[in-house]
Amino acid sequence: MKYPLLAFLATGPAHGYELKQSYEARFSPFRPAVNVGQVYTTLQRLERDGFVRRHGVVETGEAPARHLYEITEDGRGALEVWLRAPVAGVRLREDFFMKLVLARAAGLAAPAELLEGQRTAALQELHDLNELLLAPKLQDLTTQLLIEGAVLHLQADLRWMDLCEERMTQEEVP
Amino acid sequence: MTELMRTVALTKRYHANDEEVAALRGVDLAVERGEFVAIMGPSGCGKSTLLHLLGGLDIPTSGEIHFDGRRVDGLGEAAWAVLRRRQIGYMFQSFNLIANLSVADNIELPALMAGHSSREARRRRELLTRQLGIEAQAVMPPGRISGGQQQRVALARALINEPALLIADEPTGNLDSHSTRDVLGILRGANERGQTVVLVTHDPNVASRADRVLRMRDGLIVGESRLEGRTPSSDLLQALVTVED
Ligand SMILES: Nc1ncnc2c1ncn2[C@@H]1O[C@H](COP(=O)(O)OP(=O)(O)OP(=O)(O)O)[C@@H](O)[C@H]1O
Ligand SMILES: [Mg+2]
Repeated sequence: MKYPLLAFLATGPAHGYELKQSYEARFSPFRPAVNVGQVYTTLQRLERDGFVRRHGVVETGEAPARHLYEITEDGRGALEVWLRAPVAGVRLREDFFMKLVLARAAGLAAPAELLEGQRTAALQELHDLNELLLAPKLQDLTTQLLIEGAVLHLQADLRWMDLCEERMTQEEVP
Repeated sequence: MTELMRTVALTKRYHANDEEVAALRGVDLAVERGEFVAIMGPSGCGKSTLLHLLGGLDIPTSGEIHFDGRRVDGLGEAAWAVLRRRQIGYMFQSFNLIANLSVADNIELPALMAGHSSREARRRRELLTRQLGIEAQAVMPPGRISGGQQQRVALARALINEPALLIADEPTGNLDSHSTRDVLGILRGANERGQTVVLVTHDPNVASRADRVLRMRDGLIVGESRLEGRTPSSDLLQALVTVED
């Protein structure tokens, strides 16, 4: 939440409710709705760190008055650093890998059986994502690219499962 | 649903330089009418061999094949040729296009052989080449078009008689993601009009469009995933992105 808020403030001062709306407009299919309380808590933390400061209030005629926030030079610096830092991704389905290793080590289940269930789940997920790619409501560029990214990850997962099966069953070819 | 095709304990052994290869070791496969089945498995596990037998292009060593309610594994070449002209469209892994015919003639040939007028053959061919994005190649010989284009020509040829069963060996093997989508669209369209599809693919993305995905290994079917053809809710997307707070 912290960096998205800084990024929205980098384009000009805004109050908490506006920031909540910007966030939802950008990320709505991917992220759950945020509550405005969470936005204000984050703003307070950013203020304490010197990344934003108050910039007067907007008179809405309602109580409580809404504080406008603006980004500081330090805030811009922090945003810049965050934006340009490469991100380490999750490379594997770690939970599944753990199950696979344990099942094999403890002789609890044949890896092939676990792989079978995992493959079905991954194929179904691929199916669902491909359906979403075609959904008329989700044709904007960011959404399409995000789904395509997830599709490529799933393809890699499935290939990796093939590799696991091949290597783990080499000694027990029927 | 009713059954369109079934194999019972199908085996195929090849003999090559004194070596015997057991390419299929007892395959029991039942395909429902209107079903879309994808077959996956490592290279050499017997996928093409199985399709060849299903299409009558090779003779099983033992076992049975039933198609449309009758036993077909003992049929002679001529009877299989009739079946392939009328009811089974076959797309080869290696395309098998006729080098000295144009793309258009390659595609129209099975329609003419099945007794359609040349006007009807042309109408069907034009529709398919448009859907597959290979209209511009119609006058070319197959040797002068790209591998991906040849693949789509082979698919158009397999579909021109609107076969009850389409058998396709790696229909998207040489295609980029855009053309893969075009081909998948065609296959899904054919399937939605009631045609049964059995295809082999290495691409999980292609397999995920099927009703059922079979996995082969060492000449046997060793696994199966049934997929739900559901329309998912876009809530699914929330699980795609994790953000550090
Ligand atoms: N005509 C043939 N003569 C001898 N052996 C053959 C013949 N055709 C296939 N084989 C062998 O039978 C086995 C199965 O081959 P097949 O072509 O069915 O594999 P595949 O699963 O289609 O592989 P790929 O994914 O590489 O296309 C392989 O070991 C192959 O070498
Ligand atoms: Mg093959």
